[in-house]
Amino acid sequence: MGKLRLLFAKEGRAVYISHLDLMRTLQRVFLREGVALRHSQGFHPHPVLSIALPLSVGQSSRCEILDFETLEDLEGEELVRRLNRSLPEGLLARSCYVPVWPVRELEKLQCRVELLYDAGVRAGAAEAVKDLLSRESVVIRKRTKRKAMAELDIRPLLHSLEVREELGALALEAVVSAQNPGLNPALLAAAVEAHLPDLAPDFVRVRRLEALDKRGETFR
Amino acid sequence: MDKRLERILPRVQKPARYVGGEYNEVQKDKRDVDVRFAFCFPDTYEIGMSNLGFRILYAVMNDLPGVWCERAFAPWTDMEAQMRAAGVPLYALESGDPVGGFDIIGFSVGYEMAYTAMLNMLELSGVPLRSAQRPSLAPLVVAGGTAMYNPEPVADFIDLALIGEGEEQLPELIALYRRAKGEGWDKPRFLRAAAGIGGVYVPSLYEISYNLDGTVSAITPQEGAPERVYKRAVSDMDRSRFPTKTIVPSTEIVHDRVTLELFRGCIRGCRFCQAGYVYRPVRCRSRELLARYGQEAIEDSGYQEMTLSSLSTSDYPELAGLCDDLAAFCGKNHVNLSLPSLRADSFSMELMERLQRGRKAGLTFAPEAGTQRLRDAINKNVTEEDLTASLRTAFAGGWSAVKLYFMLGLPTETDEDVLGIAEMANRAVHTWREYASNKNRPLRLTVSTSWFVPKPFTAFQWEAQIPREEYERRVKLLREAITAKAVTYNWHDGETSFLEAVLARGDRRLCAVLEEAHRRGARLDAWSDCFDLNRWLEAFSACGLDPAFYANRERSRDEVLPWSTISCYVSEDFLWRQRELAYASVTTPDCRTRCSGCGANVVEGGECYHG
Repeated sequence: MGKLRLLFAKEGRAVYISHLDLMRTLQRVFLREGVALRHSQGFHPHPVLSIALPLSVGQSSRCEILDFETLEDLEGEELVRRLNRSLPEGLLARSCYVPVWPVRELEKLQCRVELLYDAGVRAGAAEAVKDLLSRESVVIRKRTKRKAMAELDIRPLLHSLEVREELGALALEAVVSAQNPGLNPALLAAAVEAHLPDLAPDFVRVRRLEALDKRGETFR
Repeated sequence: MDKRLERILPRVQKPARYVGGEYNEVQKDKRDVDVRFAFCFPDTYEIGMSNLGFRILYAVMNDLPGVWCERAFAPWTDMEAQMRAAGVPLYALESGDPVGGFDIIGFSVGYEMAYTAMLNMLELSGVPLRSAQRPSLAPLVVAGGTAMYNPEPVADFIDLALIGEGEEQLPELIALYRRAKGEGWDKPRFLRAAAGIGGVYVPSLYEISYNLDGTVSAITPQEGAPERVYKRAVSDMDRSRFPTKTIVPSTEIVHDRVTLELFRGCIRGCRFCQAGYVYRPVRCRSRELLARYGQEAIEDSGYQEMTLSSLSTSDYPELAGLCDDLAAFCGKNHVNLSLPSLRADSFSMELMERLQRGRKAGLTFAPEAGTQRLRDAINKNVTEEDLTASLRTAFAGGWSAVKLYFMLGLPTETDEDVLGIAEMANRAVHTWREYASNKNRPLRLTVSTSWFVPKPFTAFQWEAQIPREEYERRVKLLREAITAKAVTYNWHDGETSFLEAVLARGDRRLCAVLEEAHRRGARLDAWSDCFDLNRWLEAFSACGLDPAFYANRERSRDEVLPWSTISCYVSEDFLWRQRELAYASVTTPDCRTRCSGCGANVVEGGECYHG
């Protein structure tokens, strides 16, 4: 019996799997491999699987974290190998280990937001975006869970930012708050759209690069 | 991934169904492939991936060296709009390549309401709709599935139809295609040769002439095409492919579980049931093999539910034994076994009790008709006593949600039969009061009625569907007769069933109507949110045809039926006799009790039911 943590990537075609579907898929992957998981007690027992920070559909990540408990002691490396032969394309187990830190210590996320411009990046765009996101407050309008519109200042949730011009794209490398509350990095693009309409991108790609603790060290 | 596709996916609902990449998806190296088959299901991913036949044939074709079978499904309306706006053609999930560039485009068509989805998928592929507009060999457009027992309504669109079960016939067709491609045959030469494969029907090789009243006067084969095309059927189920390693979707589908196919065909002979006639004779898989397949499929997929599937599962000769074989493995791995349909008999109930450990989900019975006389007429050999006994066991065992299915508009139905449904419902409520083990859980009894659709290759293929006003009157009659509070009454809206009745027994002239209805926006007609009967009525009048001619007209015995080139081995004489017996309310025993000489036994070389 042991608590384990899986670090995995979600990329390519798998980015379209929703959080709920991912949970179902992972359950089946464990069953396929004959890995018995601890189940919840109660009338409808279900395996105890928990993803630290659900990822929006369409975003990719190389640092997803899943906590679970197996009924027998299993070696992490061996489990990684077994899971990888049963996972669908785009999901990749990277490592598996006994967790030391609780998930609440995962405070920040390093991520990359690509703003794509089909007609090329305008001169001065990188500076304009950098200036916007360096202001004291950057308020955007956001739909709440109850479907009402609310204003949100994203600036306090953005901890560092680099903006680079690439071919046909602006690449934002940012560190944002992960939880309580967290910032969906897609909202950085929403801020550009709202405040710099001339620089509204044709498409936005979001990727999680690394999970960090409060000191900015890699969280595992 | 295609850049245009990446752009549109964030804007559509459930994008996971449009990307493939699932566990067990088949990938092949294009350099090793010389025949590419786009296997199209004319409905959504969730429906298509739930279809066992689709999965079997996917496995059969991908087993063939040099052949890559890939999947395509009908996009939902939001995705279709995005694809059209972005200029993204219909693509196959495995490679992402456009369907229009494949060698063969094959449709699996289970029901008539999917016809416009077929046309729409061809259009989204950039492939001309009509066979005559596609002069070259590729892409060859073929279609199979239960609806293709009468392919006439789509005859002008497809190059050929595959009649019956596809496991043996598709590899033969693909082998011929490979030869034709290698030797540079033109399409007419290929089609003439294909017509020689058993079960292949090439519509363009048959000339249809009509009488002044619109009925068919003659069907004349051309260029050596056979007078009759006989369905294909697997004779030995133990040697037919059952895929235990099969795609596990990463998003939820309709039947998200292992489907274990116990047998094909049905011994019962309900006179309205097309599947019951065209899948004859009954062919069982052996119990040992099934137990092994079931375990392998669960182990490979990670599913925790398995359904024991067939047209009438409680008729599997060794069902209790099979359940025993599976019980140990399923119990240990928390796998639920389920039965798709229940006959109202004591055996089925006992089995249900055993399978449903703890969880008492709803029970469904289909008496189909409200009086014994009408049940005899349709040969649904279930008595009211059977049903009452089953309900007694169910209520005593703690079940409180029961659904009863009926049809309205069956041949010979009178108001007495309609009111009989209400009486059955009331008696069911009584049974609950007397026997329910826990009366604190209120009874939920649902009575559902659909509108009977006469289908080809049944005893009722000559019948008229009752007019819509009459159907609605009977619904009202029943609605007012159901008084018990615990009973909920649901009835099918008539519009879909009317069109189904038109298309099911349609002739080749309906191709123009289909094309016109599609042009006016008909797509996913099986979905009520997409279906619009007015669009169809306009299409009929634009083509100068009357839908009532197809739905509401009784055919005479000597009329040339549009599907009479095709045979499922059950003779027309047998069907006519069954019809006469229906009018006399005389039942026919099931195939296990006595052979009634339908003609299907040639599939098994003369001897039909053993076991």
